[in-house]
Amino acid sequence: MFEREAFELVRKSVTVLPRDVEKAIRKAAEKEKGTAKVQMECILENIRIAKQKNIPLCQDTGWPIFFIFGKKMPGIDFESVVRKATKEAVIRPNMVDPLTRENTGDNTGTDAPFVNFVHCDTGYTDVWYMPKGGGGENMSMVAMLNPLDGWGRIKEFALETVRLAGGKACPPVIIGLGIGGTIDHCALLAKKALLRRIDRPNKRERELLKEINALGIGPMGVGGKTTCLGVNMETAATHTGALPVAVNIQCWCARRAGMRIKGGEVRWI
Amino acid sequence: MDLDASEKFPKLRLGDIVYLTGKVYTMRDKAIKRSLSEEAPCGKRTVVYHCGPLVRKIGGAWEVLSAGPTTSSRMNNNTPAFVWKYEPKAIIGKGGMNKESYEAMEENDCIYLLFTGGCGALAASKVKRVVSVDWLELGTAEAVWQLEFEKFGPLVVAATGGKFFRQ
Repeated sequence: MFEREAFELVRKSVTVLPRDVEKAIRKAAEKEKGTAKVQMECILENIRIAKQKNIPLCQDTGWPIFFIFGKKMPGIDFESVVRKATKEAVIRPNMVDPLTRENTGDNTGTDAPFVNFVHCDTGYTDVWYMPKGGGGENMSMVAMLNPLDGWGRIKEFALETVRLAGGKACPPVIIGLGIGGTIDHCALLAKKALLRRIDRPNKRERELLKEINALGIGPMGVGGKTTCLGVNMETAATHTGALPVAVNIQCWCARRAGMRIKGGEVRWI
Repeated sequence: MDLDASEKFPKLRLGDIVYLTGKVYTMRDKAIKRSLSEEAPCGKRTVVYHCGPLVRKIGGAWEVLSAGPTTSSRMNNNTPAFVWKYEPKAIIGKGGMNKESYEAMEENDCIYLLFTGGCGALAASKVKRVVSVDWLELGTAEAVWQLEFEKFGPLVVAATGGKFFRQ
């Protein structure tokens, strides 16, 4: 059920950037000069060509990740969706056995595609696809900080993570920040945060965004004004003696697409 | 500035922007490693591109749909040996490499060029044709693709003559 729509969801996610992300990229491009501007203009040209030719923006279509929000799972055969998407070259065959490094050839494998179900008491079910690229994920971090250190230390950890990534995560990046939960729930929060639009930051998100940009890493790490396009934060209750923090780096090519299943009908969200 | 992959490159400066026409070999994690113990399809004095393209086979012929760069620093450990063995003219990638890699490149008249990360569609639009593919048993992302490019760029000179961008 809804496999055809889920397939279109995957195709949409890899060819067209979300509007809030494209808008932020255009705004950032205006502020740059020299080599940094060349990088941003390349990105804008790429966005245009991908949309026009209906081809993947970036060749690394990443890990196949679904997020489901609703009362129950929608009964979609996610494995068959990614198999078809791989066969039709909508996504690159990326999944390998972690030890033998043998490619499965179709983006399935143990636990792949990664389907995260978040129970919500709604009269509809939202299905999101996030093709998370390797570059950003590879530079992401989780740490169990000292609970007495607070927001200042959290920001320091986020800044250090972005600084270490340098140009490797294809800046300007988007940061998903997870605070609280358990060590693994925290990492999930950081990833879930990347599903939200980036143009409505709260006070802390705005504050961290400003500090990240002050690092001056710039587009592709060549130096410039915009290192980060947005920061999204998610929190959860945690143990009184702990402060789990996760910094999930999303590259500029922040791909996500969602659809809402309600009363047997599907629409894009 | 236009560069011909089959000719000797002119002297370039850090930050120069070039457009490359000619044949390029995609090599990344697995292929670079394998090339140290086996003869690589790229041969000597060619242009190597850190890339795992998204490809499709249509009626027996391969088509490149998206071909942006992958993070070069993952290949740091094997690059000095690779450069000494194959003396590439240029390595194209993103994110930069380490000092040891740049030193080996300088000794072997090899430059490092950046192509903007994530710009797979733009890169693919500059691919004239897929000339050949080798080591396909590594998977399509890790295989060695010989691609013929027409004005591939903008490529930024990020390491040349002992100087390099810190990324």
